[in-house]
Amino acid sequence: MHTLPQQLANGLFLGSMYGLIAIGYTMVYGIVQLINFAHGEIFMTGGFGALTVYFYVLPDGTSMWIALPAMLIGGALVAVLIAVGAERFAYRPLRGAPRLAPLITAIGLSLALQQVVFNYFPDAKNDRTFPQLTSQTYDLGSVHVQSGQLFVIIAAPICMAALGFFVRLSRTGRAMQATAQDPDTAQLMGIDTNRIIVIAFAIGGIFAAVAAVAYGLRYGQIKYDMGFQMGLKAFTAAVLGGIGNIYGAMLGGVVLGLAETLATAYIDGIPGMQQLGGGSWAPVWAFVLLIVVLLVRPQGLLGERVADRA
Amino acid sequence: MTALLEVEDLRVAYGKIEAVKGISFTVQQGEVVTLIGTNGAGKTTTLRTLSGLLKPLSGKITFDGKPLTGVPAHKIVAMGLAHSPEGRRIFPRLSIAENLQLGAFLRSDKAGIEKDIQRAYDLFPILGERRKQAAGTLSGGEQQMLAMGRALMSQPKLLMLDEPSMGLSPIMMQKIMATIAELKSQGTTILLVEQNAQAALSLADHGHVMEVGSVVLSGTGQDLLHDESVRKAYLGED
Repeated sequence: MHTLPQQLANGLFLGSMYGLIAIGYTMVYGIVQLINFAHGEIFMTGGFGALTVYFYVLPDGTSMWIALPAMLIGGALVAVLIAVGAERFAYRPLRGAPRLAPLITAIGLSLALQQVVFNYFPDAKNDRTFPQLTSQTYDLGSVHVQSGQLFVIIAAPICMAALGFFVRLSRTGRAMQATAQDPDTAQLMGIDTNRIIVIAFAIGGIFAAVAAVAYGLRYGQIKYDMGFQMGLKAFTAAVLGGIGNIYGAMLGGVVLGLAETLATAYIDGIPGMQQLGGGSWAPVWAFVLLIVVLLVRPQGLLGERVADRA
Repeated sequence: MTALLEVEDLRVAYGKIEAVKGISFTVQQGEVVTLIGTNGAGKTTTLRTLSGLLKPLSGKITFDGKPLTGVPAHKIVAMGLAHSPEGRRIFPRLSIAENLQLGAFLRSDKAGIEKDIQRAYDLFPILGERRKQAAGTLSGGEQQMLAMGRALMSQPKLLMLDEPSMGLSPIMMQKIMATIAELKSQGTTILLVEQNAQAALSLADHGHVMEVGSVVLSGTGQDLLHDESVRKAYLGED
């Protein structure tokens, strides 16, 4: 039986991963009010991009300290390419179309990406083993931390802080805020909103790739359909935190990760609920949490109330 | 002399509904020109087409000697046409200073931008006092000041103001109109859309009366102000 600190740590690691993916949903939604349901697959392709770099680009036996940055860059390149391509060829032609059209396109794209990887990536029909930093685990008091977890716990805050500074302080970041708040008026300022939308998709791709590398390091293998569950959870996290708000996405991810982990570990200890324990119930608790939060705060934890565009 | 802005037989439609049905007018350098008319006359549609937010059905727009039709909105600003839109449309969750900086988005002369922000604060002292405050917390009149200040930040050759007096108290409306008069005296070229015909015509060099998508009457501001049909229809006299 794991201790409570261990469970909290596990929840935090899982939640950071959700949060990184959730950034992609929330940025795109904040700027074009589009739910990019193919984002889970962008996450997945980021993982396969990183894998490709390790097995097919780098020479055998490359030290992980060199390989890891190369894998991150490779994964991010692939994810950004797919995300930006999806925007350009799948979503942009449908801008101004009824909301349902891009939604269906997103689901179609999602299936297409899965099938392409499944059919054409070498041996993707089985789980592909993901390279590991080290097999060592680190002990911090009673908490055991595996190297993949260590990676995400360092990478997530760095990514988040970088994004926060970028959005708040850079010229492009300010243009993103303006576009999110009022796209027409943003154009009147001279902002090329198409370019801003592309950047939002690209940032989502980078964050998804970091999450995918974290996933591979944590679980030791990746699979063509890994984007489905993770994407759904991350989307839940984005809504939970308040969709459109980048800090909300991260907070939503962490809350969701903690809730899932704690519920899985402890709920079967409550008298009468013995049958509800175990990992297979985790998604149930995730959605129970989402429903409860949305009942109390429909705009999500850090969401803006919708009425401020009067 | 060629005009700064020349609109020729402009037609704009939303789907099958034609909102602007072939209007023509010009704005000369240094002039204030106003478009007046009731709701739905096509005034806002005209401005939104000029700034590139809407695509015209047909017609010709020439600004500063260059054609504007087909140029995307974000490039039109760069040519020197600024648009302070109807309903003010400030960025509510950004500060006043950030809103003004966005008005200068295409400029890179830091010192010049700072100087112009200071100029906006001189023109509207209340904005200077609240520069760090979120723009959404300002009153309607203050938001209008910000919208105008923001439009000026691009150093436009032509400033388009859409309904600057809309929804304002009489005192605030006077303030805004006085500011427009001040901008005019400084030599700013302005295309003003207003429902408050009295105020707009009193400071305009030229005016055009629009009704359901067409210009039905044109003249100098003073002529229109004393025109009987205008007085009846727009100035509330009978």
